[in-house]
Amino acid sequence: MKNLALLATLVTGALLLYGTKDFPAWGDPRDPASTYLSPYYIEKAIEQTHVPNIVTAVLGDYRGYDTMFETVVIYCAGMAVLSVLWRKKEE
Amino acid sequence: MEAIIGEVVAKYNYWIYVVLMMIGFYAMIGKRNLVKKLIGMNIFQTSIILFFVSTGVKKGGGIPIVDKYKALASNIDAATIVNPLPHVLMLTAIVVGVSVTGVALAVLQRIYREYGTLEEDEILEKLQR
Amino acid sequence: MRDINEHTAGEDLIIKTSVRLMVPFIQVFGLYVIVHGHYSPGGGFQGGVILGASFILLALAFGMKASQEYMTVSVNAVFNNLGPAIFVGVGVLCTLFGGLFLDYSALDNLIPLGVVEWRSFGIFLVEVGVGVAVMSIMVLLYWNLSSGGAMDEGL
Repeated sequence: MKNLALLATLVTGALLLYGTKDFPAWGDPRDPASTYLSPYYIEKAIEQTHVPNIVTAVLGDYRGYDTMFETVVIYCAGMAVLSVLWRKKEE
Repeated sequence: MEAIIGEVVAKYNYWIYVVLMMIGFYAMIGKRNLVKKLIGMNIFQTSIILFFVSTGVKKGGGIPIVDKYKALASNIDAATIVNPLPHVLMLTAIVVGVSVTGVALAVLQRIYREYGTLEEDEILEKLQR
Repeated sequence: MRDINEHTAGEDLIIKTSVRLMVPFIQVFGLYVIVHGHYSPGGGFQGGVILGASFILLALAFGMKASQEYMTVSVNAVFNNLGPAIFVGVGVLCTLFGGLFLDYSALDNLIPLGVVEWRSFGIFLVEVGVGVAVMSIMVLLYWNLSSGGAMDEGL
């Protein structure tokens, strides 16, 4: 069983390492992740929101919907822990 | 040979994340203790977070906090500032990770209260009885 | 409210004294991180976690009862609901004043400060909601997990 788990892990790791062949090099300014959407945020965020911290601007304004459901997720986590572990106080 | 070494050196960050992911994945499927599985899941999560943050790096780029008045006076060159989008996504992912860990620990406490053990095969034995 | 030194449960004198000195500064720093999120690294999530950690530190050093004198279970429950309610409330307020959901520039119709300034201030309101939610949920998770759900005696 342990050998099977080790085999599955090694196969997955080998496949992922093979996949990195097509990835951009580390820190390349022309890789797809930094040319598609983020230049818009970097160039326009200050002008449109007057917030110097671009991460906060994107978190609170452009992706506010994401952050709202994020808050709902941690709320649900708190309620789940409360309902799973709830018991009467021992007097 | 030199081409392969050059390839590995240019992408060594991905190799680190894949190794971290393998450690976490092995702990998730190979271990029998439920707490060890949870620790494996946290290691897995850390590797994903590191991977996302590293995709935002630009060589020679500054932090995504800029001088407001300078930015309003003249346009910012996007190549001089690292990509803020992975940072935003991982900020929320870290908090989701804490919530997931909390709920998982609560369920584990409940399992321990019910069955008196956290070993997977002992729980299965008690379930079949 | 009783003096915090009356609690006999907890660790020895050095830990108690240093925690009592540190907690106010940690809480002020947490508020700073929330409020200053526009200009430096920070924001609701990080500041909320720091604020929650101060209450967890109190519970670790003085026992769970002592931390529940500073934030009672019912106040914590109010905060749990208040955080998401602030966030969703700001979004709904935007729709009521003629914008899209979470489009803070619509709040300019409520108090005319300027469209761009409202987008900046709307982010701040939302961050406060996130901070309150994260703080109270962290404390709730710690109380529940360390006492097995009874929320009276724990670590």
